Amino acid sequence: MSLAGAVNHVARRVPAWTIYVAGTTPPVWLLWAGASGGLGADPVKAIERTLGLWALKLIVAGLCITPLRRFAGVNLVKYRRAVGLLAFSYVVLHFLAWLVLDMGMLWAQALGDIVKRPYVTVGMVALVLLIPLAATSNDWSLRALGTARWRWLHRLVYPAALLGAIHFVWLVKAWPLEPFVYLGIVIVLLALRAVSPGVLRAGNEKGANPPPPLASS
Amino acid sequence: MARRIMRDLKWCDVTPKADFLTRRQLLAGAAALGLAGPATAKLSYVQSKFSTDEKPNAFEDITTYNNFYEFGTDKGDPAAHASALTIDPWSVKIDGMVEKPGDYDLADILAGVTLEERIYRFRCVEAWSMVVPWIGFPLGDLLARVGVQPSAKYVAFETIVRPEEMPGQRRGILEWPYREGLRMDEAMHPLTILATGLYGEAMPKQNGAPIRLVVPWKYGFKSIKSVVRITLTDSQPKTTWNMLQPREYGFYSNVNPEVDHPRWSQATERRIGEGLFGGRHPTLKFNGYGDLVASLYAGQDLAKDY
Repeated sequence: MSLAGAVNHVARRVPAWTIYVAGTTPPVWLLWAGASGGLGADPVKAIERTLGLWALKLIVAGLCITPLRRFAGVNLVKYRRAVGLLAFSYVVLHFLAWLVLDMGMLWAQALGDIVKRPYVTVGMVALVLLIPLAATSNDWSLRALGTARWRWLHRLVYPAALLGAIHFVWLVKAWPLEPFVYLGIVIVLLALRAVSPGVLRAGNEKGANPPPPLASS
Repeated sequence: MARRIMRDLKWCDVTPKADFLTRRQLLAGAAALGLAGPATAKLSYVQSKFSTDEKPNAFEDITTYNNFYEFGTDKGDPAAHASALTIDPWSVKIDGMVEKPGDYDLADILAGVTLEERIYRFRCVEAWSMVVPWIGFPLGDLLARVGVQPSAKYVAFETIVRPEEMPGQRRGILEWPYREGLRMDEAMHPLTILATGLYGEAMPKQNGAPIRLVVPWKYGFKSIKSVVRITLTDSQPKTTWNMLQPREYGFYSNVNPEVDHPRWSQATERRIGEGLFGGRHPTLKFNGYGDLVASLYAGQDLAKDY
């Protein structure tokens, strides 16, 4: 069996709800570890950074699902909604960690930072862009909007991913490699959207059709 | 011969921790009996009127949460990698507009010096802070000993460059060597110290062993670590972060809640060690040392000279 076939074989047997279960564990662990001294000298930054990084990783994972099917014949589409909703949850938790733990609920300073600090603004815009996606990640919304409009709306994840990666690049001091790696990956994944499947498919029979809307499982 | 032996050393040759701990206990026991004399690791020092009465951060916080990019950009990198740094022998080149230039052995620099404990607030430009019980002596004392020529107006500092022992220096994170500088009146100010220890013991390597600068009213990056060169000069020296981002890191870099970093506010700070819900504290101008240092900047526009 090919690698793609093996992955598809496993994917048929692992239900999407496992993503939600697995995704709930890290934030609970982070809070517990932070409260009990397990996150080092600065648990606030550790929680904030970890949640933000995992939000970005999950957005990247979500963006991988369509190209994986188009170019490699790996079908993980049934996990896409779970990955997307989990990514949104991590973005919200990252925001809450910033507002409550980092800013200590200094509303005026927090609002000032959102308006005045470009890297905060960019992150905040990414969060806002993801709200309609999370709100319509259900079968009812898909039916109500119709496939075409729903799919158009969900392209908002492209600017959100780009802004999320820029947010990361913009907040660090000096020029560490990691944020640029994420920005590079996001740019490549977005660029793949513009490539027609035939170019890279190289004889792969699967994935020739345009991707259907989000699976309902 | 010695070289050959060095090359043959393996991890199994490292003294097991249990053994050296036992040795320390023996030394401590001997010291308690009045036998060992100066063999203990504790430094002898006097108290200082410049110390804050705020509670110092835990030794563990101070030694595991460090910005020392020579060892990597993560706060944990210095504690993880600094053990590789050789700090003995150590000498400091003192040159430029100075009466007695030369390469000074660390022991010569410390000969006859009375070490003091200086418990200082430490405010990072990243808007977090700590309280650190440094052990050190005024930089001004050393400068007086080597003789500053009247034409000298600034003091420049450099950190050691040793990429084979400092993994961060093998990457171009910053332009090495790390450089810092002070105006002469700042350098001669009694609050400005060269620190050789903290918590009563020799300086941990991740905190800038064996000798580092501490300027408590400026952002932490001004307090350059593992100093190997001090140059007296008549022109404002280049400083590392200013070279990288002049808009974000000025030469003065005095702690100032009224002048924001372009990317974040400096109005408040988080005190390390306060746990998850410590919140933020208002940042004090000159990090709370204004009554002692504000006069240095009389007539200067600190929004311009940030």
